[in-house]
Amino acid sequence: MRPLTRKLWRDVLAQRGPAAAIALVIGSGIALYVLMVSCFWSLERTRETYYERYRFADVFARLERAPQRLEREIAAIPGVARVRTRVVRDVALDVPDLEEAATARMISIPARRRPMLCDVFLRAGRYVEPGETDEVLVSEEFAAAHGLGPGDTIHAVIGGSRRPLRIVGLALTPEYVYTIRPGDVLPDSRRFAIVFMERRRLAAALSMEGGFNDVVLRLSPTADRKEVIRRLDDLLEPYGGRGAIPRRLQMSHWYLENELDGLRKFGRTIPVVFLVVAAFLLHVVMSRLVSVQREQIAQLKAIGYSNRDLALHYAGWSLVVAALGAAFGLAAGAWFGAKMTSMYAEFFHFPLLEYHLPPRVIVEALAVGAAAALLGGQAAVRRAVRLPPAEAMRPEPPRVYRRSVLERAGLGGWLSPATRITVRSLERTLGRTTITVFGISAGAALLIGGTFTLDGMDAMLDLQFNVAQRYDALVTFYLPASPRAIEEIAGLPGVIRAEGFRTVAARFRHRHRLRHGVLTGLEPGARLRQIVSSRGRRVPLPARGVLMSAKLAEVLGIRPGEALEVEVLEGRRPRLRLPVAGLVDEPLGTEVYISRDELHALLDEPRVLSGAHVLLDAAGAPRFHRRLKNTPMVAGVVLSEAAIRSFEDTLERTVGIVRTFNVMFAVIIAFGVVYNAARISLAERARDLATLRVIGFRRREIAEILLGELAIVTLLAIPFGLAGGWLMAWIVVRAYDTELFRMPLVILPRTYATAVIAVLVAAVLSGAAVRRKLQRLDLIAVLKTRE
Amino acid sequence: MTARQPSDTNSAANATGSVPVFRVRGLTKVYRMGEVPVHALRGVDLDVAEREFIVILGPSGSGKSTLLNILGGLDVPTEGRVFYREQELTRASERELTAYRRHAVGFVFQFYNLIPSLTARENVELVTDITERPMDPDDALRLVGLGERLDHFPAQLSGGEQQRVAIARAIAKNPDVLLCDEPTGALDISTGIVVLEALERINREIGTTTMIITHNAAIASMADRVLRLADGRIAEVIVNADRRPARELSW
Ligand SMILES: Nc1ncnc2c1ncn2[C@@H]1O[C@H](COP(=O)(O)OP(=O)(O)OP(=O)(O)O)[C@@H](O)[C@H]1O
Ligand SMILES: [Mg+2]
Repeated sequence: MRPLTRKLWRDVLAQRGPAAAIALVIGSGIALYVLMVSCFWSLERTRETYYERYRFADVFARLERAPQRLEREIAAIPGVARVRTRVVRDVALDVPDLEEAATARMISIPARRRPMLCDVFLRAGRYVEPGETDEVLVSEEFAAAHGLGPGDTIHAVIGGSRRPLRIVGLALTPEYVYTIRPGDVLPDSRRFAIVFMERRRLAAALSMEGGFNDVVLRLSPTADRKEVIRRLDDLLEPYGGRGAIPRRLQMSHWYLENELDGLRKFGRTIPVVFLVVAAFLLHVVMSRLVSVQREQIAQLKAIGYSNRDLALHYAGWSLVVAALGAAFGLAAGAWFGAKMTSMYAEFFHFPLLEYHLPPRVIVEALAVGAAAALLGGQAAVRRAVRLPPAEAMRPEPPRVYRRSVLERAGLGGWLSPATRITVRSLERTLGRTTITVFGISAGAALLIGGTFTLDGMDAMLDLQFNVAQRYDALVTFYLPASPRAIEEIAGLPGVIRAEGFRTVAARFRHRHRLRHGVLTGLEPGARLRQIVSSRGRRVPLPARGVLMSAKLAEVLGIRPGEALEVEVLEGRRPRLRLPVAGLVDEPLGTEVYISRDELHALLDEPRVLSGAHVLLDAAGAPRFHRRLKNTPMVAGVVLSEAAIRSFEDTLERTVGIVRTFNVMFAVIIAFGVVYNAARISLAERARDLATLRVIGFRRREIAEILLGELAIVTLLAIPFGLAGGWLMAWIVVRAYDTELFRMPLVILPRTYATAVIAVLVAAVLSGAAVRRKLQRLDLIAVLKTRE
Repeated sequence: MTARQPSDTNSAANATGSVPVFRVRGLTKVYRMGEVPVHALRGVDLDVAEREFIVILGPSGSGKSTLLNILGGLDVPTEGRVFYREQELTRASERELTAYRRHAVGFVFQFYNLIPSLTARENVELVTDITERPMDPDDALRLVGLGERLDHFPAQLSGGEQQRVAIARAIAKNPDVLLCDEPTGALDISTGIVVLEALERINREIGTTTMIITHNAAIASMADRVLRLADGRIAEVIVNADRRPARELSW
């Protein structure tokens, strides 16, 4: 090994504490980067292959009912490469281990297995075969949630009669990577199944023979998507078309895309904070190293080492630290990335979710780490290069101190000599003090930004389920029910109160912008379903016009007072122009509300019901469900309570992991910064402290000087950290402002408190580490070395 | 021993009849410390001949180290010109100065100046690693009587031992000129003599031009020529007809 290389290693070794601390900070940044970006690529790659192999469609459309011959006309639309028509219907499902009915989305499949759009992947069992009984394939996650498998039988109420369905296989499809039951806001795999049944049998059961009510298309690469959708809508219009949507708006795809987007965004931003802090730390440590080694630098220059040699030597120091950090970061990132990817399998149902760490990500991570190192080290390296050798031959002149601000302000008398030393030295190294304060507050801010989401989620769920949706069950009918149905439901056992509502599928349009959705007609006096803004304010239904989600208004570019074009996609399909009476910033979804009376009038219909919100008494609930399970007109029952519990379960498991990462990395950053600051002031002041010891100061007293400095810096950093945390949370909230949900910016005191405690723990730990060094302070060695 | 006036210092080179190793004309160095300029050198003229052994004496602050630093390419003068053989150091670029230091000069500093994180041998290797015809590092250390302490770190060596490592490091590159700033300042007589003998042997056997700064007038008698600096000028030049061997010195 060349002597200069050897010196490099020994220098790193001598500074192993700070070097390790900085390496950890760099490593945390790299780990987060690798973690998020590799997760992104794993999901992205899995999705791409899945979509490709199982022929995910490009356009999706639902309708009431069209004759089979229409398929040929659809296929003739220019740009359409493949067509698959289907029969699809949501029905109530009776599973033995569930008190209430679950919902099954029945999807028709051909009698004989052949390649098709939105194909099925068979996880277990076999494809359906003709025979006596109805054979079905069931979505894997539903089967798993109930311990069902091939050979088991479930019961569905299809077309008014209860039919046994024999499960012969467990299946997955690219169309339902993410499954959410219509009307639900959260996924619940116990209560929502995708069931595949042979086309002719399903059609017969639903009286849909010779027809279809759902169509999916694959487009040719050159197709004009908008034009195809327009022509498809025209074709389907007479058959009750509900409006075709491109892949981009398909539910499962949309959720997946949102998640990928988040990973991509945060993968590129959060790690930057770590790398910036690491660069600052490197700057401080390297500057210190160069000033301690100024004589060595002069010496090396005198011997004949060139500026380039020295620049490489000192840049090498930061590169070694970065390399250590990168090694740790890559390992941790890959490990956590694999964990997090398998966690995604809970939300997203893929045949195989394989962790994939592209070599490109490794290269990028290394490059980013090296860049941070060089950036942090460059000032010090430049100083080493510029140092005139003859001058550096003589020791550095004594450092210049002066009376601190406090003393100049006349408060000197209040300060003990020890405090005076602390305050003056903090002030002399103002730049470094600032960096330290910044670094610690970055740690606290990251901690808040990374953990407040649970507060936001809690607030959101609380609002949704305790204020907006006060009902215990949501009953939906296949077809609009007569007004008397509400009395029947109210008369069911266990029901305390029932309120009817009316919904119609609709297309909302403003100028050239368009969204599909549901127009919801509510009673103005409804108590079980209320409209609540994300701040918890109740918003009353307007007497005239619609009340719409502020997010949808933003998407459509519409303001209160303007007219919203509403194309009703059911019944007589009227085209309406309704004034926007007001906006409400709900945390979930993109709803449009109208008073029920107005809706009935607009549709020119009696007071029919699409469903009812029901309040149950706990004791009577089981009987209520038993009755409903066998009521043919009921399509499904959604339970709020169950939805929250099942979602919170998943959240606990998954967010728990993410929280652990965040807390861990934030503590690392705080510890790294405080520890480094302490080590450097110890090194710089070892002589002073040793002198004080020689004069007769006690260990305790000199420890107070040094630790006092740490305490001041840490306390100073906390308010900045809290403010920075709020800012981070704000950024996260902005990033997650989607049509699916908007997380409210809620940060509970417990989150702030956790951040403060974590920073204090980090400070105490580093204080203890430095104190140990201080105990071992070798008076003679310190006083003998020349600085 | 004859004393001459500063005006005819240049003749030493003429006497041997070869190109001088150093040619210094009107060398001035002014340090600016805030308002007050410090004149470290006030117009020094000097020729140094090949193989010459020069001792520089003078009171503290008289500019000895400054002169040596400039000759060694570590510092640049405020005014005046310095030639190393045909090369004008006062016009050399940073690169050229580095190459000059790397290949031509061996330094021994006033303070020991070793790299504390490297052992004695490694400190010497620091030089042998980057020069063309170096000595074996162990031989260089043996030459200064440190054959036994090769693997000690500077902190494990006494002041005199550290100084000898510094000398070994300077001679290990087989330099053309050897510049030593108080090489024996911290040494006792017998160690000092060991060091001086080493320097003397290198000068005699290899022909390395050697310049030594010292406060010890006794050392002057082993020189070809003695320069006495005072207040930034060469106040006196003494030419020794006979050099006394280092072994016979005492102080
Ligand atoms: N970097 C500097 N800045 C300011 N003044 C300097 C600097 N270097 C040297 N001096 C001044 O120049 C003068 C000559 O210094 P130099 O180091 O050459 O003296 P010296 O003869 O080597 O003394 P000593 O025997 O004490 O080593 C001194 O007055 C010194 O204070
Ligand atoms: Mg000197």
